[in-house]
Amino acid sequence: MLKTLINELVEKWPELWPILAAIAVILAVVPFLGLYMTFIERKLAAYVQDRVGPNRVGPFGLLQAVADGLKIFLKEQIIPDHVYTVLYFLAPTLSLMTAMFALVVMPFGPVPTNYTGGFRFIVAPGIDIGILMMIAISSLSAYGIIVGGWASNNKYSMYGAIRSCAQFISYEIPLGLSIIGVIAVAGSLNIEHIVDAQSKSIWDWNIFWQPLALLIFFTSALAETNRLPFDLPECEQELVGGFHTEYSGIKFVLFFLAEYTHIVTVSFLTALLFFGGWSCPGIPSPSTPEGASLTYMLLGLLVLVLKVSCVVALIMLLRWALPRFRFDQLMGLAWKGLIPLALVNLIGVAIVLSLDLPKHLLVVTAVLPVIAAYYSATQFNASMAKLNSERSVLSKSRAMSYE
Amino acid sequence: MSNKKTKTVKWGEEPKLGMLDALYLPAIVSGLATAVRHAVSGKPTTRQYPEVEPEIPPNYRGVHRLNRDEQGRVKCVACYMCQTACPANCIEIIAAPAPKDDPHWKDRDKYPATFTIDELRCIYCGMCEEACPVDAIELTSVYDLTGLTRKEMVFDKEKLLSVFDETVKTGKDPVRTNRGTLGPASEEAPTGRQGPPPPGRGKHG
Repeated sequence: MLKTLINELVEKWPELWPILAAIAVILAVVPFLGLYMTFIERKLAAYVQDRVGPNRVGPFGLLQAVADGLKIFLKEQIIPDHVYTVLYFLAPTLSLMTAMFALVVMPFGPVPTNYTGGFRFIVAPGIDIGILMMIAISSLSAYGIIVGGWASNNKYSMYGAIRSCAQFISYEIPLGLSIIGVIAVAGSLNIEHIVDAQSKSIWDWNIFWQPLALLIFFTSALAETNRLPFDLPECEQELVGGFHTEYSGIKFVLFFLAEYTHIVTVSFLTALLFFGGWSCPGIPSPSTPEGASLTYMLLGLLVLVLKVSCVVALIMLLRWALPRFRFDQLMGLAWKGLIPLALVNLIGVAIVLSLDLPKHLLVVTAVLPVIAAYYSATQFNASMAKLNSERSVLSKSRAMSYE
Repeated sequence: MSNKKTKTVKWGEEPKLGMLDALYLPAIVSGLATAVRHAVSGKPTTRQYPEVEPEIPPNYRGVHRLNRDEQGRVKCVACYMCQTACPANCIEIIAAPAPKDDPHWKDRDKYPATFTIDELRCIYCGMCEEACPVDAIELTSVYDLTGLTRKEMVFDKEKLLSVFDETVKTGKDPVRTNRGTLGPASEEAPTGRQGPPPPGRGKHG
């Protein structure tokens, strides 16, 4: 039995080791990234607020992240009396697990479309449902939050979890709808193919053809990561700490790590789907023979990491530029703003693609829905104002008749 | 009823949003621009406290000190004015007659044998300073007063005098110091005269 297993392993080893290596890279990098993203976020927040930020531990405070990690590892494990213990422990694990699992199909470096063998910057190369699987898995992370909120047996945690669930369900729709346009242009769900379709020149990047889709995608992605301005599930002023009120120590860190993993995922997706991923003028695509060399691979990796860090910086800066939404505004934005816009945009893209119209018309499909939305909104407001004024006249005349 | 009264209330009108404004994008971009401007300005308003100390104004009311006169003696004449004035009852003085046979003390009648201030009970109102006829007690700009025990925070005469030595050395004299124009009781009595000086003499008379 064991012998057959070992034989199997030896036999499959050439296919197995690149996967294991990629998993090892992700498992090694993501917690480290999460640790240092907190540091970068604190530092950036400090600069925005005219402060200095952490600068005591190590040069420029660089060891602050390590000190924080160490401190939180050594913390006492507090289990409140009133929690459902099994679910209470399950929730943070679930949260981080789903966040990490979504990284399986995410290329974190240049991946050729004609994959043959050897190490590649992705755990599972050539998955034909790549982006679909990624969205499916990452929306599972709502479970971690809702289980955590429920297990805490505390109304603030529960409110946070409910809000989070509603937010996830609402923003999942515009997120998916905005991606469909991109998928339709590339003609594939495979992320490598989507990037490859953008790699001819800088004008092939989806941001130029689908700016509205980018806007909708980025907004919904921010909501999916529970970041400001959409951090309703954990807004301190109303909900103490939201779903992680009862969590401390290493369990809290798992939630935190999941959140930062989500930010990384979303930033990667934005860069891959809309900013051409690893493609950059001057660097040949890894699918071509000359682009498959190690130098170009590493250059592509650098380009991708640069693009991703720009998106991460934007997400962190947005936190200090925008106030938090009220909950009804949050729901209104998704259901009354983003979903109709995304649908109209998608229909436009579908018309342009299926009738083989020139590609430039894609921009029109992005701009037209916005204009239409604006005019319908002004019409609606005007009619509401007219209605209100009629009502007020009516009530005034009634009031006079009572006198 | 009159036109004047009805016109006092002004109703604000919501500004009309243009097409771009309705997208929120200009507002978001200007918000981001503000954030970036502050981030790259590189002028933090915070101070690195233990390394960079704040500039304390000279009229700050911090830790007390007992002043010395030119001969290095405690300037206090044990008149109990500060103890009486103190609203927090934190000053305790035990007076003693000045050693008459010592030529060093021949111009003084009384001096404080002990002078203790409970720095924890003190409310730093500065009334002792106002009450003192000889400007012997003063509040300095020393603000970082810490201690590990309550006992440590009860300052005796030696400790208060050492605060004077420290603050004089660093050149951080309180702004209220009346050096040179002190009350009559602290001035050296004219030779051959005994008893209190006649009223109306000197600045504090």
